[in-house]
Amino acid sequence: MAINVPFDAVEIAASAEARSGWWGTVLDFVRRRPLGAAGGAVVLFLIVVALTANLIAPYNPVQVDFGAMLTRPNAAHWLGTDAFGRDVLTRLIYGSRTALLVGFGAAVVGSTLGAILGVGSAYFGGRIDLYLQRLMDIFIAFPLIILALAIVAILGNTIPNLIAAITIPMIPRCALVIRSTALSIREMPYVDAARAAGFGSARIILRHMCPNVMAPYLIMLTSFLGQAILLESSLSFLGLGVQEPTAAWGLMLRGAAVDFAESAPWMAVFPGLAISLAVFAFNLFGDSLRDALDPKLRTL
Amino acid sequence: MWKYVVKRFFLMIPTLLGVAVLIFVLMRIVPGDIVELRLAGESGSVSVELLKSERARFGLDQPLWKQFATWMWGVVRFDFGTSMWTGASIGEEIKLRFALSLQLAIMATAVGVVIAIPLGVASALKQDSWIDYVARVVSIAGIATPSFWLGILMILVLLVVFKWVPPMVYTPFWVNPWQNLVQLIWPALAVGYRLSAVVTRMTRSAMLEVLREDYIRTARAKGLVETLILKRHAIKNAMLPVLTVTGIEFAFLMGGLVVTEQVFNLNGLGLLFVQAVAHRDYTLTQALVLLVASVFIIVNFFMDITYGWLDPRIRYR
Repeated sequence: MAINVPFDAVEIAASAEARSGWWGTVLDFVRRRPLGAAGGAVVLFLIVVALTANLIAPYNPVQVDFGAMLTRPNAAHWLGTDAFGRDVLTRLIYGSRTALLVGFGAAVVGSTLGAILGVGSAYFGGRIDLYLQRLMDIFIAFPLIILALAIVAILGNTIPNLIAAITIPMIPRCALVIRSTALSIREMPYVDAARAAGFGSARIILRHMCPNVMAPYLIMLTSFLGQAILLESSLSFLGLGVQEPTAAWGLMLRGAAVDFAESAPWMAVFPGLAISLAVFAFNLFGDSLRDALDPKLRTL
Repeated sequence: MWKYVVKRFFLMIPTLLGVAVLIFVLMRIVPGDIVELRLAGESGSVSVELLKSERARFGLDQPLWKQFATWMWGVVRFDFGTSMWTGASIGEEIKLRFALSLQLAIMATAVGVVIAIPLGVASALKQDSWIDYVARVVSIAGIATPSFWLGILMILVLLVVFKWVPPMVYTPFWVNPWQNLVQLIWPALAVGYRLSAVVTRMTRSAMLEVLREDYIRTARAKGLVETLILKRHAIKNAMLPVLTVTGIEFAFLMGGLVVTEQVFNLNGLGLLFVQAVAHRDYTLTQALVLLVASVFIIVNFFMDITYGWLDPRIRYR
C-alpha cells in the first residue's frame, strides 16, 4: 500500500505541443499508443458501468437470499453468490461506484492540494519553503495505516472520510514533485514580468505558475487513481474502509471470501480480478499519457 | 561530504519530533481511552471514581504537555515504558514482532530485487522486443494486483494442490531455520512481486536514460566491448535511482504489511499496530509509530548519504 511517485514526473517539461483540437489529440493518442488507449477504454467502460449500475445490474446488491447461499456460477448468477446469497456480479457492478468515487475523489483532491502547496512552497521560498518541506517530511514518514485508522476512528466510517484518509498521504508526495518543477518555472522571465507588472502572489501562482506544472500534475493524478483504488480495497479488506452492506471490491474479499475460499473460490477470485483490472487499466492509461506529454523520454 | 552528512543527520531530528507530536495528539483526539475500553468489558456501569483512579494510574490525569514531556524523556533514554493493555514492557512486546516483520521485509526485498534488476536491464537493452513487452506487462500487472489478494490466491492454490495450511504459530529463524523459511517464503513472494514490479520499471527507465548519455557513446566510439560498457558505465550509473526506490519500498514494508500479515496469519508489527490502536494503548501505539517512522527516516538518510557518496555531484547542494 505504498504510495509511489512516478520517478520521471519531475523531469517532464511543461510544454505539450499544440495540436489541432480536442478530437485530433484523442485520435492521435489512440493511433500512437494503442496500449494506453486500451487502458483508457477500460476506464471509460468502468465509468459507464458505475453510472448505469442500477440499470444493468441483474439483482439488488444488498438483497439477502438465504435460498441461494454460495451458489456456483450458473445461468441465473453468472459469477455465483456470496455467503448471504447476494449476487457477486451485481455487487461487482455496484462496487465500481465505490472504487471510482474513492479513486477519483482521492486522486483529484490529493494531487490538487499537493500541487498548490508545491507551487506555493517554490514560489515563496525561504522560511515558508523550509517549514513546508519539514511538514511534508513528517507526513511522508508517518505510517499510512495508522493515519487511516486514526482518521476513521475520529471522523467515522463514511466514504468522504475514507477519501480524506487516502488523500492525506498523497498530498506531500505530490507537493514534492510539483515543487521541484515549480522551482525552475519561478526563474522564468514571464514570472518576473508578471511580478514587475504588479500582479499579486495569488494571481501569479494561479494564473502563471499552475498552468505550467500541468504535465507533472496530470501524471501524479493518473498515477494516484490506481493507487487510491488499491488503498481503498486494502482498507475495506481490513474493515477500516467502506462498511457492509455497501458493495466494495475490497470488502467482498473480507471474511467469508477467505473462510470459504476452497469451496467457493468465485467469491475470492472475481473481486480481486476487478481490482487488478481497474488498477491495471488506470496505470496503462496513465503511463501512456506520461509518454504522450513527454515525447523525449519513452518509458513503460 | 562530512558537512553534508552532519547537516542531513540533524535534519532527521525535527522530522521525528514532528511525528511524535502528531501521533501523540492524534491518539488523544481519537474518541475513547484505554480505561473506558477496559472497564466497559466488565460491567454496564462504572463509577466515576474508578475511572478517575484508573486514569491516574496511567498518568492520563496529567496535563497534556506533561504527559508528552514524560514520554519524550523516556524516549531519549530508550525507555518506552510498558504497554497500557498488557502491562508488559514495550521492548518485549515489539521484539519478536519486529524480528518477524524485518525478516519478511528483507526476504521480500531480496525476492523483488533478484527478479527486477535482470528483467529491467534486459528490458531496456532490448527495447520494444518481446522481452520488453513481457517485462512491461508483468510489471504493470504487479503494481495493479493487491498483494493481499495474491496471498489469498496463493493459499488457495497451496491448499488445493498441497493441502498446505498457513501455520498458526510463527517459528523464529533461530529455532528452526527451515520451517521458518517455508513459512515466510509465500508472503515474501506475494509482497516481493509488487516490489519487483516497482523496481523493474525503475531499472528499465533509468537504464534507457543512461544508455542515451554521451559517455556511453564515447565508450562505444573508443571501441570498448559492450559488456564492459554495461558493467562499468551503464549499470553503475543506472543503479542510483534503483537503489533509492528499493530503499523506500523496503522502509515502507516495515510497517505497511498489515493486510498481508492478516492473510497469512502472521503476528508481525502490522497486526500489533491495529490492535494497539483498537485498544487505545497510547504507549504502545506511540512507540510503534516512532519505531516505523525512525526506520523510514534512517533508511532515507542512508539512501541520501550513499547517493552523495556514489555521485559526488549531489553532495554540494
